[in-house]
Amino acid sequence: MPVNAALAAAPAAPLTAPPATPPATPLLRPVSGWGGYPRAASEMLAADAPETLPALLRGRRGVIARGGGRAYGDAAVGLRTTVLTGALDRIRGFDPATGRLRAEAGVTLADIVRTFLPGGFFPLVVPGTQFVTLGGMIASDVHGKNHHREGGFGAHVEALTLLTPDGVPRFCSREQNPDLFAMTLGGMGLTGTILDATFRLRPVESGWIVQRTRIATDLAAMLEALEQDGDATYSVAWIDGLARGSALGRGLVYRGEHASGDLCRAAGRDLFPSPPPGRLTVPPGWPAWTLNRASVTAFNALYFRRGAAAGSPGLVPWHSYFFPLDGLRAWNRLYGSRGFVQHQCVVPRHGAGAVLAEILDRVARLGTASPLAVLKRLGVCGRGLSFPMDGYTLALDLPANAATFALLDALDRRVVAAGGRLYLAKDARQTRDTFEAGYPELPAFRDLRRQLGADGMLASRLSARLGL
Amino acid sequence: MAGTLLLVGATSDIGHAVAARYAEAGWRILLAARDPERAQRNADDLAARYRAEVALLRLDILATGDFARWLDGLPALPDTVVCAVGELGDQARAEGDLAHAEGVMRTNFLGPSLLLGLVAERFAARGSGAIVGISSVAGDRGRGSNYVYGAGKAGFTAFLSGLRNRLAKSGVRVVTVKPGFVRTRMTRGLRLPPLLTAEPSEVGRAVYAAAEGRGGDVVYVRKVWRLVMAVIGAIPEPVFKRLSL
Ligand SMILES: Cc1cc2nc3c(=O)[nH]c(=O)nc-3n(C[C@H](O)[C@H](O)[C@H](O)COP(=O)(O)OP(=O)(O)OC[C@H]3O[C@@H](n4cnc5c(N)ncnc54)[C@H](O)[C@@H]3O)c2cc1C
Ligand SMILES: NC(=O)c1ccc[n+]([C@@H]2O[C@H](COP(=O)([O-])OP(=O)(O)OC[C@H]3O[C@@H](n4cnc5c(N)ncnc54)[C@H](OP(=O)(O)O)[C@@H]3O)[C@@H](O)[C@H]2O)c1
Repeated sequence: MPVNAALAAAPAAPLTAPPATPPATPLLRPVSGWGGYPRAASEMLAADAPETLPALLRGRRGVIARGGGRAYGDAAVGLRTTVLTGALDRIRGFDPATGRLRAEAGVTLADIVRTFLPGGFFPLVVPGTQFVTLGGMIASDVHGKNHHREGGFGAHVEALTLLTPDGVPRFCSREQNPDLFAMTLGGMGLTGTILDATFRLRPVESGWIVQRTRIATDLAAMLEALEQDGDATYSVAWIDGLARGSALGRGLVYRGEHASGDLCRAAGRDLFPSPPPGRLTVPPGWPAWTLNRASVTAFNALYFRRGAAAGSPGLVPWHSYFFPLDGLRAWNRLYGSRGFVQHQCVVPRHGAGAVLAEILDRVARLGTASPLAVLKRLGVCGRGLSFPMDGYTLALDLPANAATFALLDALDRRVVAAGGRLYLAKDARQTRDTFEAGYPELPAFRDLRRQLGADGMLASRLSARLGL
Repeated sequence: MAGTLLLVGATSDIGHAVAARYAEAGWRILLAARDPERAQRNADDLAARYRAEVALLRLDILATGDFARWLDGLPALPDTVVCAVGELGDQARAEGDLAHAEGVMRTNFLGPSLLLGLVAERFAARGSGAIVGISSVAGDRGRGSNYVYGAGKAGFTAFLSGLRNRLAKSGVRVVTVKPGFVRTRMTRGLRLPPLLTAEPSEVGRAVYAAAEGRGGDVVYVRKVWRLVMAVIGAIPEPVFKRLSL
């Protein structure tokens, strides 16, 4: 069914409240993503309830939704207006028999886990931080350490309500408005503002993960270990981004399984542990020079040896396993006021070794610190602008500066030449060319935007930069 | 002991946080709003998070003539009643638009006072119950920037104070809450000083502790507000009137 007809057939909820005329000169504030680069001025508007959002947005152009602001680059920075969804934080229903949860888009992952883990439920897919929102997880179709088995977050979304640019909230699912639904998963907020969504939680017996750590001494061993983990519930690797030569690609592979209740009881563990209060916060204005090559080398060497000592399986609480960085609040300030970028690519499985080796080698030669280099296996390919494809994904943090950008431009070309692409939720700087080469469903996505009347209406700094 | 809470002003963010704290403790929740449809998301939230038993009711705080019949129609007399109804209004507009000023005064003072006064009668007859009014520090001293709202809250604060005094020996507890700044729909878009600004959940906890715990008669949610208001209260009028506040 063509999208227009589908839209016409959808029940249109009545609009509330008279149009609010946007101010001629809105109050602008500088905003950025998690990486602090780039920074741009935008009007900040706070939603207060799903039903008043249409009136709030009426007459505004260049609008984009913003959840937890954990996208690294400019995806959640409105071209003119950024809509904060924090107040859309109500849970609308939960059925313990099926694990089906319906919640508003501004509900955070932290809230979901805090509320439902004690009852034995956990989301099927989680990213590496809990400070994201439901809307953000859907709009980026986030992947976890289990994409090879469960697909992206979007695969577990059954339905959502989308506020399209015409101001009408539309119910979307695989049956109703199926194209709009599919393109909204991973659609980076560019098809509309998600108001709420229905998705599944999985039953778990405990909040503990049985983790097994293995050492991979070089890249070949690393890829081999990740392939062997195809049957693991969770699998992720940390790479020593500074190792070169024969040690290139060395690192640790973490395999994880949900721990049974019996195992935890036998170990004398509290079945559903709470994270520590985590009061450690990096203060504003932290000097970036503390993160230099020497400190990162020392950090990585320490990490590598400690992991090498580990070996046998251990019980790890959910928060340290899934969200290790959340223990240090505002760690993005470590990079100082100029900010940093995260480069995350995916390359198809066949031939991945050569591309990854080249990336790792060139980054190591650059000599700037990348304390975080994470490698994961991804499974099935999503639709629209969804990032994952069958292959390997590598993520590296680098300081935002000219040398980084020059290197990354070259690496981007290498990635797309190999049939890969870059993750929009992390992107702050790729060119239109690499974007267009990486996302074959882009023409269909553009068509849908045209039909929705989204051009110019829904726009982020990212969409403007990439010519979406 | 878990009982039944009646929350009046169920679409309020502060009110919702109060109801959440009670639901967490296992209370049954009655939610009253002038437009119950808009309170549905709050009712759902309480049911989904805490498996609370929740019912939605319709009540307009300006329809004072209906109060007695409305209270009689409740499934049971609640154990605790919290009134979160309020309207900030627009001070500048209220200066010339009498209808607007009257609405603000009635919404903050008349409606809540008459309703809670009537509840107090029934609680006194039963010999138990807690009554909580969400008033405001704005009622402690009138300021040029919001004295129409402040006057309404001042009236409400005085009413609650008198009620508390009268019922002190009757087993009925009366609590006045002055939340200070709270991050809600009412204050969205205003620049608020972080140290003086509470999250709705802090108000929820403070209300529960005051009404169901060891008690508190006048609650400033963040303690520094007591100091701030003491300072503001101590400024001599000849000086105060010249300040831009
Ligand atoms: C430490 C860290 C670890 C991470 N680990 C992973 C990982 O393992 N896997 C992974 O996939 N990602 C990961 N990410 C990225 C993160 O999961 C995504 O960027 C996610 O989209 C952030 O959600 P958010 O609520 O913060 O969204 P924001 O950053 O606010 O927005 C991200 C995008 O979602 C859109 N959006 C947000 N809310 C809505 C809405 N209601 N309706 C429509 N569009 C909306 C925005 O417009 C924007 O395009 C990580 C990020 C950090 C900081
Ligand atoms: N936020 C602050 O900083 C702050 C500070 C001090 C005191 N307070 C007080 O705290 C209380 C709750 O405020 P809030 O911050 O949560 O803001 P809010 O969301 O605007 O709450 C106001 C509530 O009053 C209700 N109301 C208004 N007129 C009504 C009527 N005629 N009949 C029934 N209900 C009516 C509103 O219902 P509708 O949704 O139908 O409009 C809403 O539920 C208020 O009394 C406010 O004055 C707030």
